Amino acid sequence: MQTLTQAARSQTTAAQGAPLAIEAHQLVKLFGRHRAVDGVDLQVRAGTVYGLLGPNGAGKTTTVRMLATLLRPDGGQARIFGYDVVKEAQRVRQLIGVTGQYASVDETLTAMENLMLFGRLLGLSRRDARQTAERLLEQFGLTEAKNRPLRHFSGGMRRRLDLAASLIARPPLIFLDEPTTGLDPRTRAQMWDTIRDLVREGTTVLLTTQYLDEADQLAERIAVIDRGRVIAEGTPDELKSSVGQSSLHLTFQNPADVPRAREIVEAALGAQATPSPEGRRLIAPVSDTSRLPDVLVALKAAGIEISELGVQKPTLDEVFLTLTGHNAEPTTEGEDADVQPRA
Amino acid sequence: MSNRALDTVPARVSATSTLSQSLTMAYRGLLKVRRTPEQLFDVTVQPIIFTLMFTYIFGGAVSGNPQNYLPLVIPGILVQTVITASVVTGVQLREDMDKGVFDRFRSLPIARIAPLAGALIADTVRYLIATLLTFAVGFIMGWRPQGGAFHVVLAGLLVIVCAFALSWIFAFFGVIARTATSVQGISMLILFPLTFLSNAYVPVNTMPKWLQAFVNINPLSHLIAAVRDLANRGLVTSDIAISLAGAVILMLVFAPLAVRMYMRKV
Ligand SMILES: Nc1ncnc2c1ncn2[C@@H]1O[C@H](COP(=O)(O)OP(=O)(O)OP(=O)(O)O)[C@@H](O)[C@H]1O
Ligand SMILES: [Mg+2]
Repeated sequence: MQTLTQAARSQTTAAQGAPLAIEAHQLVKLFGRHRAVDGVDLQVRAGTVYGLLGPNGAGKTTTVRMLATLLRPDGGQARIFGYDVVKEAQRVRQLIGVTGQYASVDETLTAMENLMLFGRLLGLSRRDARQTAERLLEQFGLTEAKNRPLRHFSGGMRRRLDLAASLIARPPLIFLDEPTTGLDPRTRAQMWDTIRDLVREGTTVLLTTQYLDEADQLAERIAVIDRGRVIAEGTPDELKSSVGQSSLHLTFQNPADVPRAREIVEAALGAQATPSPEGRRLIAPVSDTSRLPDVLVALKAAGIEISELGVQKPTLDEVFLTLTGHNAEPTTEGEDADVQPRA
Repeated sequence: MSNRALDTVPARVSATSTLSQSLTMAYRGLLKVRRTPEQLFDVTVQPIIFTLMFTYIFGGAVSGNPQNYLPLVIPGILVQTVITASVVTGVQLREDMDKGVFDRFRSLPIARIAPLAGALIADTVRYLIATLLTFAVGFIMGWRPQGGAFHVVLAGLLVIVCAFALSWIFAFFGVIARTATSVQGISMLILFPLTFLSNAYVPVNTMPKWLQAFVNINPLSHLIAAVRDLANRGLVTSDIAISLAGAVILMLVFAPLAVRMYMRKV
């Protein structure tokens, strides 16, 4: 375990100067007249997890399918470990594993038969294919169900088998399109562990997700994609700080106090405070944390009782909303602090 | 894992790998047949119904009695049944291609032809079942092929080989069509006149001259004649050569077309 962690760390350091696993330049895909992907640039260093984050219909799947040689780009180029995805597709396919958004395993066969089939297609001997299949089934907790047809599998089991199938050839690059959509929290955590294990062993992972905490937890870098364009790129921290400062969250004993508290908070912080919809909380941006005690003192002096208090860094959710412009709540200025929006 | 030599990645799939991948895919096809035996409905029921039906309906009119009609009609029904079964190959391929697993096949470093060839090879089992059943029903009804067991087997093999070759046409339709039903539609439209405007059920000399002209150039007529000569008389005729040549030409045209269209879909 110790050595593994060390290995992981050295991997991460090595990753700084590592070669590019994925290099996309101005990728375009048209469906009819609709530009599903509209000039996407990506650079993913080998040995890292890269997150593609975007709402429904942003073009994540389309981008992944082009990189995985499943769709032909209408414009731009992409290289996987230096090989062109169009001209050298056959080579690229030897370096990638693809777990699509929708299960790509054979429903009529059993789990074992599926893995054996893909193993044999990848050139393993019958024996090696069986051993690899057994090992992966074990690793993904599917050993008991291995002889059942997939028709009877739950969504989570199918998903895990799907990922297992992508790992047979131990490809150095794995595409995971929404790997945890539809999984329960426990299975989701398992999937995260699996992804971390993969990276620890040196695999590069490109994952798409709509779960912002997932990208936050797993990815070293994130590209936020919306309407076929990369609108921001950077580490999770860079993205978060791009939205600006922390915010103060206050919950009050008595909802009737909120309007009065709001005036006090706004006066003390010199910024606008927003009451939450259920009317017991207040949220206010904090640009200068040294003013926080003033707020509390003023509230106490007014006889307003606080039941909960917290200072939060911006979540990736807020980043997302700010950047995509589909604002759900009012956000602060400073959108372009550290990252360069490319729209 | 990461130490894999990235610069020794070969650019193409070798011929032996192509063959073994196709056979692996064929094995998948067989597993599927075993899981969903109802897919064999057409090749089990049709030979039995058609043989009984055609023999008793046309037998008296064409040959005086059903018994005498058997040597004429069994080869005809055999060819029609097996060729019709090859249409289903295209239909099932279309259905199969719409499934998620084909995405994985496309993303694997395997020969592009393997998923297609595998499906078509697996389906020869269907042709074999249809052949055995047609012969068996005929035998039960009193057909005694004079060519002997060896020539009957040869006749059966000839039909299966030709059906395999022909199935590339329907595989091609399967690849280009948008839905399985349209594959069925187009294929039947081609197949219906081909099988009925042939020597399958009635002697050609009973037809009008203009129709005879078509029937005589219909490749299926040659195949049926070849089967009759083999099974009933133990004769190896030029019809065999014509049938096989036709099969090879069809395959040389449609296999590359089907694969090319399949790749274009990617
Ligand atoms: N085969 C197709 N034909 C036509 N339009 C398509 C096709 N595939 C995707 N699109 C369109 O392209 C756009 C991008 O789709 P894509 O599937 O890449 O989005 P996504 O980011 O993966 O979304 P989701 O989170 O819902 O999976 C969408 O507007 C979608 O309707
Ligand atoms: Mg998607």
